[in-house]
Amino acid sequence: MTTIQPKVEAPPTDELALVQAAKAGNVEAFEELVRRYDRNVFRIAQHITQNREDAEDVVQDAFLKAYSNLHQFQGQSKFYTWLVRIAVNEALMRLRRRRPERMVSLDEEVKTEEDSLPREVADWSPNPEQQYNQAELREILTRTIQGLPASFRTVFVLRDVEGLSTEETAEALDLSIPAVKSRLLRARLQLRERLSRFFQRRENGKQKPEGGDGNQ
Amino acid sequence: MKCADFLSELTNYLDDAIDERTKAELEDHLAWCHNCYVVCDTTKKTIEIYRDSQLYELPEDLRTRLRTAIVSKCHSHKK
Repeated sequence: MTTIQPKVEAPPTDELALVQAAKAGNVEAFEELVRRYDRNVFRIAQHITQNREDAEDVVQDAFLKAYSNLHQFQGQSKFYTWLVRIAVNEALMRLRRRRPERMVSLDEEVKTEEDSLPREVADWSPNPEQQYNQAELREILTRTIQGLPASFRTVFVLRDVEGLSTEETAEALDLSIPAVKSRLLRARLQLRERLSRFFQRRENGKQKPEGGDGNQ
Repeated sequence: MKCADFLSELTNYLDDAIDERTKAELEDHLAWCHNCYVVCDTTKKTIEIYRDSQLYELPEDLRTRLRTAIVSKCHSHKK
């Protein structure tokens, strides 16, 4: 079986020059950095907050915070990793505000291994996503990932959707590398388990499950 | 190797972050354990489906609006 190929692009070589120019007060240089990463920040923010308005606010606040704290960026990490760290903190803050009844923390106690042990081992159809139209698939994927704890969701999005390395994810979230790996494994297994309900190979005549509710 | 051992290495295996010897042991397990093969294959599909899903794309009009607001606030911050 082949392994997952990372979707990591090499950072543009002129990025440090843009950061230096922005530090010196060149807003156009900073605008170029916004153009490079605004889509990523929006996606991360919406995955964490699960709310469109909050995600819009996170994009604005994260870039403004980055701009006003550029002098603190030492260039030891990539600018993008530094920016993601700011954006994740902003997003978690908004999530906590919206759901004060639930503690939202990246350090939250993770349950025992049992919560991730696969119970559903039915094989999937060869092209499972093609069983659904675009809107149905979107609904299934959104609802399914919404059901994960914020700490798992965040690690999965940074590693598997945005393509950050384990080390970069650990740095952006201020977690240890074993903690990133442990959350990533559980996130992947839980998503797999939940998606199995929709994607498993069906016998002839068997119906698709109703609606797009992936939470079990 | 037991299934639990395989699962604990699944993420490292999918990310190709293991040494050759461990990889060979895992693939040996995969060759005879159908359940682990299915879990491994469908976990990989899960990752690929999310990666290719284009969930939460930033619409171009909103993108322009946000960038304009950010740039304008950066200019005010400079003053």
